[in-house]
Amino acid sequence: MALTREQLAQRVAQEFQDGYYVNLGIGIPTLAANYIPSDMQVVLQSENGLLGMGPFPLEEEIDADLINAGKQTVTMVEGAAIFSSADSFGMIRGGHVDLTVLGAFEVDCQGNIASWMIPGKLIKGMGGAMDLVAGADNIIVTMTHASKSGQSKLLSECTLPLTGKGCIRRVLTDLALMDIEDGKFILRERAPGVSIEEIINLTGGKLVVPDHVPEMTF
Amino acid sequence: MSGFDKVVTSYEEALAGLEDDMTIIAGGFGLCGIPENLIKEIKRKGTKGLTIASNNAGVDGFGLGLLLEDKQIKKMIASYVGENALFEAQMMNGELEVELTPQGTLAEKMRAGGAGIPAFYTATGYGTPVGEGKEVREFDGRHYILEEALNGDFSIAKAWKADRHGNLMFRKTARNFNPMAITAGKISVVEVEEIVEVGQLDPDEIHLPGIYVNRLIQGTFEKTIEQRTVRTA
Repeated sequence: MALTREQLAQRVAQEFQDGYYVNLGIGIPTLAANYIPSDMQVVLQSENGLLGMGPFPLEEEIDADLINAGKQTVTMVEGAAIFSSADSFGMIRGGHVDLTVLGAFEVDCQGNIASWMIPGKLIKGMGGAMDLVAGADNIIVTMTHASKSGQSKLLSECTLPLTGKGCIRRVLTDLALMDIEDGKFILRERAPGVSIEEIINLTGGKLVVPDHVPEMTF
Repeated sequence: MSGFDKVVTSYEEALAGLEDDMTIIAGGFGLCGIPENLIKEIKRKGTKGLTIASNNAGVDGFGLGLLLEDKQIKKMIASYVGENALFEAQMMNGELEVELTPQGTLAEKMRAGGAGIPAFYTATGYGTPVGEGKEVREFDGRHYILEEALNGDFSIAKAWKADRHGNLMFRKTARNFNPMAITAGKISVVEVEEIVEVGQLDPDEIHLPGIYVNRLIQGTFEKTIEQRTVRTA
């Protein structure tokens, strides 16, 4: 079975380590904050200028001056810090954020990512995604493995305009966890009940299947 | 206004000298920390042909979205513009020129503009449409593109608290692009919630010194919330 949104978020959270500063993109990455193990401390960075982002506020706590990068009202945890957008992207570009998680339309086995623009459709802008993929060393891309019509989104070469070139080394899809090394996808884990054949069929780029590919556990 | 006293008492005075076809650098992220009353004054003035650099373009009926109603903006430099139907319409029919710029690059372009650095290299955008036509250089085996600084005829921004000399404090994530935007304008105009006498702010707690501020005005703010998200106890 393909992973649910919640399972994707849970699997992302397994990549967290105690003491990590983490930037979570909009959508499934944000959900991962719900699965931070209780014995672990992780500080969430929001690129509009906040380290130490907390959960959504209670109705009476809402503050128009306190939002996340998705423009949603949020709170701050104890020990939070506020800074400007230039400082925020300084810490992102300078490689100080330990883990970045974001979504994509396509990823290819050269480590290229396309996530911001579909020609002919409405262009909304890249926001901070280009800075995040260029600046972070440790990035996980979360996405669906294929389109609803069965077209692979893990390609030998991205077809859409790129967000970043050669910067992605780990992809988590609803079917598999894969690393990207030397121009190939390496299958590391598969979703429970998903066969290796299915993953092979739905992966457009060059894929290496090691002898042992464990199922994900939650 | 005399000496270092930057306070003006009307929005008309705050934006005196703003003319058609000028470039404005604006602070704010989404609708958070935007100079909402200065934007309303630009609408009232009817200044046209403006180039505006701001992370976002407001929403329909609020923030920079107001300036689209009378087609006052010629060109927008922004990282994300997906919240605004009128913007989309004007962009699609070619009435509005848009230069999409990565968020961190936009912040750095403003910072560089204010700090006298004409351009800088960044890895952001290399190998993407953003890097097309820009100079590429390799440092330590990595590719970087040359991005030029941004400067404006005016900057408009919002801070929380100021003293009469324009020393500023921001509040929570309403800080965002405001400090850099202020530094990048030839005439920088800042609206705040409270102005106190000189000496009442602790110098160690000032986020941006008044040297960057030309005009200061106290306003009242609607502070519209774009995405009201709550949890239940």
